[in-house]
Amino acid sequence: MKLTKSLKARDHELANIERQLGILSDAEAVGIQPFEAKMAGIGLEPLTSRQLEIFQVNVGKMCNQVCQHCHVDAGPDRKEIMTRETMQLCLDAIRGTTIKTVDLTGGAPEMNPDFRWFVEELSALGMHIIVRCNLTIIVANKKYHDLPEFFKKHKVEVVSSLPYFSARRTDAQRGDGVFERSIRALAMLNEVGYGMEGSGLILNLVYNPSGAFLPEGQEVLEPQFKKKLRDKFNIEFNSLLAITNLPISRFLDYLVNTGKYEDYMQELVNAFNPVAAENVMCRNTLSVGWDGYLFDCDFNQMLNLPLEGDAPSHIRDFDMPKLYGRNIILNQHCYGCTAGAGSSCGGEVA
Amino acid sequence: MSEKTYYNPADLGKFGKVTDWQETLGKKFFDYYGEVFKEGALTAREKALIALAVSHALQCPYCIDAYTKSTLAKGCEEEELMEAVHVAVAIRGGSSLVHGVQMMNKADEMLM
Repeated sequence: MKLTKSLKARDHELANIERQLGILSDAEAVGIQPFEAKMAGIGLEPLTSRQLEIFQVNVGKMCNQVCQHCHVDAGPDRKEIMTRETMQLCLDAIRGTTIKTVDLTGGAPEMNPDFRWFVEELSALGMHIIVRCNLTIIVANKKYHDLPEFFKKHKVEVVSSLPYFSARRTDAQRGDGVFERSIRALAMLNEVGYGMEGSGLILNLVYNPSGAFLPEGQEVLEPQFKKKLRDKFNIEFNSLLAITNLPISRFLDYLVNTGKYEDYMQELVNAFNPVAAENVMCRNTLSVGWDGYLFDCDFNQMLNLPLEGDAPSHIRDFDMPKLYGRNIILNQHCYGCTAGAGSSCGGEVA
Repeated sequence: MSEKTYYNPADLGKFGKVTDWQETLGKKFFDYYGEVFKEGALTAREKALIALAVSHALQCPYCIDAYTKSTLAKGCEEEELMEAVHVAVAIRGGSSLVHGVQMMNKADEMLM
């Protein structure tokens, strides 16, 4: 079934976060050990945050795509986007701190009318900027065609999802025609130097499985992606980041609908890797929601699980010392980040 | 699943329990199994495709489930999976057909 609307626009029961949390919290129903207990078993409970290094900002849920697995439940019908005022609060928060990387995500972040202004301001602060670009936005409308040049100007690192090197699996996950449009966008990025050796312009691709299975190692998949994309489409990129699909929002809906939820959770638990657990991304990341609220990660943001205890709840109250050493909020979805070689916005962690 | 069948997909997850009744041999088997599928002169990806073909030759539903998942996870294309199955089919078919020579020999021996 091809999706055209978000869960929210369809008034779907899983658009209700309490319903999602109800499913995720009931470890007993799936016959798995609760994540917190699993972490306690290896001395990682409570899991505490370390020095903040990555400031991830979700600038809105609006997107030109409606992907089957989207944990944000993004789509063209989502109107929640970050205002320039909230972006200014983000700039004020990170100015003068040790934060060096700002990771912009969405939705399609480029659809936020203040996206370019925000990137320019971040660039002026000397930040390393990552944009999670869905590729098709570049060819969606003439006003986006110059995005590769814009990214280049600010030395933005582009991280883009491409779940497979063929149309069948890519389109099944991301929508009809997405593969062909993604290839066109990749060619445009290559043309300005992205992914090309010696250019210094980083283009990383994200692989996430087109179904209810875990990703294999990046070292197995990356050479295949490089060869196929080069041979068939003359496309170059730097690294492939393997990311596990977390059982949240539309991927949770897919799992529940197809009767795969229990098996998938069991698979995540069976693949629990203590080394990955030690290095989960929430330990050095802060996630800012479109409305300025703060979370341990983008997944907790979508589950509306706020920061614990004394930590500030909103970007206007940003306070580095209060964020350090906080207890990270855990639930069963966290098994997605600790399975196998681990999973983070930067790919494997173990 | 209320319908009774000889094969239950959930049993695959219990494979390790065979050691409950004979630990020494079971453990040796699983250690060996793990070694076999590691990267070696053949890649883990190539081994998974071979395993998929053998699964079809043996018509083992557990193995077919396991190695369909394994090959997909290792990035194999649908065409590669089906070509592996055709290798099994060709060998199974060929192994029957090559016995036709034995049949011909026998017939030659019997007939004037």
